[in-house]
Amino acid sequence: MIRVSQLSTCSFRKKVLIRVSAIFFALFFSGILLALMGYNPFSVFGSMLDGGLGSGYRVKETLVRTIPLALTSLGIGLSFRMKFWNIGGEGQIMMGAFAATWVGLFFPEIPRPLLLLMMALAGIVGGGLWALIPALLKIRFRTNETILTLMLNYVALKWLTYLQYAAWRDEEAFGYPKIPNLVKNAKLPDIFGIHIGIILVPLMVAVIFLFIKYTKKGYEIRVIGESEQTAWYAGMNVSKIIISTLFVSGGICGLVGMIQVSGVNSTLSVDVSNGVGYTAIIIAWLAQLNAIAILLASFLFAVMVEGGSFIQTVYHIPQSAAALMQGLILFFVLGSEFFIRYKISFSGLRKIISEDHIGEGE
Amino acid sequence: MEPHDHIRMESITKIFGSLKANDNVNLTVKRGEVHAILGENGAGKSTLMNILSGIYSADSGTVMLNGERKSFKSPQDAIDAGVGMIYQHFKLVEAMTAWENICAGPTGSRILKPKALKKKITELSTSTGLFVDLDKKIRDMGVGEKQTVEILKVLYRGADILILDEPTTVLTPQETETLFSIIRGLKATGKTAIIITHKLYEVMAISDQVTILRKGRTVATVSTQEVTQKELAEMMVGKAMNMDFPSAEGSCAEDDSGPILEVKDLCIEDKECMRSLDKISFTLCGGEILGIAGVSGSGQKQLCQSLVGLQKIDKGEVIVKGENIAGHSAREIIAKGLIRLNFVPEDRLGMGLVGGMDLVDNIMLRDYRKNKGMLLDRKSGIRKTRKLVESLQIMHPGINRPISVLSGGNLQKVLLGREIVSDPEVLVTAYPVRGLDLGVTHKVISLLHEQKQKGVGVLLVAEDLDLLLAVCDRIMVLYCGRISGIVDTATTTKEELGMLMSSIDGECTDD
Repeated sequence: MIRVSQLSTCSFRKKVLIRVSAIFFALFFSGILLALMGYNPFSVFGSMLDGGLGSGYRVKETLVRTIPLALTSLGIGLSFRMKFWNIGGEGQIMMGAFAATWVGLFFPEIPRPLLLLMMALAGIVGGGLWALIPALLKIRFRTNETILTLMLNYVALKWLTYLQYAAWRDEEAFGYPKIPNLVKNAKLPDIFGIHIGIILVPLMVAVIFLFIKYTKKGYEIRVIGESEQTAWYAGMNVSKIIISTLFVSGGICGLVGMIQVSGVNSTLSVDVSNGVGYTAIIIAWLAQLNAIAILLASFLFAVMVEGGSFIQTVYHIPQSAAALMQGLILFFVLGSEFFIRYKISFSGLRKIISEDHIGEGE
Repeated sequence: MEPHDHIRMESITKIFGSLKANDNVNLTVKRGEVHAILGENGAGKSTLMNILSGIYSADSGTVMLNGERKSFKSPQDAIDAGVGMIYQHFKLVEAMTAWENICAGPTGSRILKPKALKKKITELSTSTGLFVDLDKKIRDMGVGEKQTVEILKVLYRGADILILDEPTTVLTPQETETLFSIIRGLKATGKTAIIITHKLYEVMAISDQVTILRKGRTVATVSTQEVTQKELAEMMVGKAMNMDFPSAEGSCAEDDSGPILEVKDLCIEDKECMRSLDKISFTLCGGEILGIAGVSGSGQKQLCQSLVGLQKIDKGEVIVKGENIAGHSAREIIAKGLIRLNFVPEDRLGMGLVGGMDLVDNIMLRDYRKNKGMLLDRKSGIRKTRKLVESLQIMHPGINRPISVLSGGNLQKVLLGREIVSDPEVLVTAYPVRGLDLGVTHKVISLLHEQKQKGVGVLLVAEDLDLLLAVCDRIMVLYCGRISGIVDTATTTKEELGMLMSSIDGECTDD
């Protein structure tokens, strides 16, 4: 008989052990997969690390990938704290990018610092308003935010498609469907060879960490997340807090859109978010919404993605195989959480009945 | 071993973490007997019965039915063996009819034949004397009717052992009497019944035998005719204990500046009568405890909530110390600090406490807005927590640990203490001793008395009439959102209260 019982506590050592063995299992099974495909798993894994961290350039590339992942995770993590399942990071990034690009494209003559500031603000407002739609609908009509945020992602995607293929299409791109590049004034400056958004990441981690822990608003968000009833009972205006938090949550995602447009791509395209909104959900969950853990997890994910694309080119491993490996790692790491929360014991029923009270359920 | 013992549980042990819920418990029940299991909260009554009904499996010990050893792997095994459990919180599908609920389950063929099934239930009803309207939806039923459906459901599945988990908690005295006659009727047809309870008079009224549990161990099994309530209480609590609740002298000081709380024509309009309040008027003096009695759902919750701004008041006034606070928001009323509500919900944690947060965060819940600026003032929260923990003797593993690890009694001390610590003029407390054992109940009651002596007006909502009669100066009875009577504790009786709780001249209309 298999019995599952909830663990009230799990020692730190055990937690680490479980998580490390999860990664081991993931590598083990990906290794088998690679071996079946005729590659040497050890050298492939080595190259993956090499591709993510092997040179100064690659580290920079990995860091550039970390920025949107970390910021978006922090953003949607705020809504997750309230158990508002905002899986619309993707759409909020796109709408933020759209608003920022609009400012960048149509007011190119504004001085650079002011223009960038305006673009950032536009990004925040764009993403924030996009997140307000499901928040208001949920409060007014009790709609399901998971479905709505997801659907709004597609609306945003189709809007960008329309812009890219019709409304904002660059006439001078020889028929290629693209939106014109931003002028230099609308591009983020570099620092240490990476766009300046990198500074925002540790800053935001600290701000969110302190916000949740030490401010009244953060306290309110935590209470609402644990028990809306209790929040109401304590005289909090739950609806108002949900709305303002969602605006901030979406606003951070929108800012990511602005950063990607202005710091990385120099233009707006349908690929601006590139799945970041979805990966961020996994990161936020994996990090259990802890801001510092989000930073670490985002970096690891960035290494994995960069390393994955590196081994594609080196070994000609199909892209789907690299994605499969990432999937395996996710599966095992997320699955291992079960073993941190629950205890599974195998024993024959007869043994339970007859055995004298030797601790079965600890 | 005597084969004619219907149930025989021997040296049952069940351990949860570090807690021995059952420690070598023995229980023997003869066929056709009504057997009471008596014990305080946490004595292990429910654990034992959950083992008998297949929900838990024992860590050690044997379960025998009719002399045959059983090892239930699931509730279904227990049902197949004729053990049926009726839970305190009914397990019925609200949107379905009585007969659908009775027949629900894995028994029978895949195709439903309503006519044949209903006929079968009717036969069962005739033989047991239990009648319900089979086509009525559960959500349209009263508590008593729902309980009848539960009993029929269990009987329909072929149970000849019925376990009733605190069945009278939700019933009026009259409904309780009906239930008891149902149980007597079932006994006459040869069924065995086990009643879990911590109410002594119920044991005396219905059972043949009683097994007393204390702290997970069997204290004794005795014949009900041969014991007195006092002896039972001693066995249950473990030491000779004063059956009376502590009382405090002093009552309304009328010569003062009038009542501390005055409610005038308070109305809350709602489509459903059961949820509204209709012209509630009463006064409360400083140093007085006014009890509020009534069957659950008579408007107690709405009254409590409207007094502190959690519910919109449609008409009427709530005057605290000369100031009308009707129409103010909960936040404004909390800031004024005149009136505080302590509401203990059924699950304790659902409303008022946050299980995943620590003691300090929970105690700050009321006052976190007090300091200026954006930051949270945890330091004063810690100070307040320390003070409260010390004065109320709250047992806790650490003030920075999640509060969900605290026991029920300690959680309730936190809930009540948090309101008391802010020195309100009026304290509204709902179900403050809900589910507590005698020892902690005494502590909570003496806390209320302390408030009374300080001159605080206390509004006490409770289900237990004995408690209300012992503690309050006056008792107001609610029925269907109306006041059906305000009586003086000194001159009233339990029967009078029971009558006020269950009916007044007009019927309560549901639509």
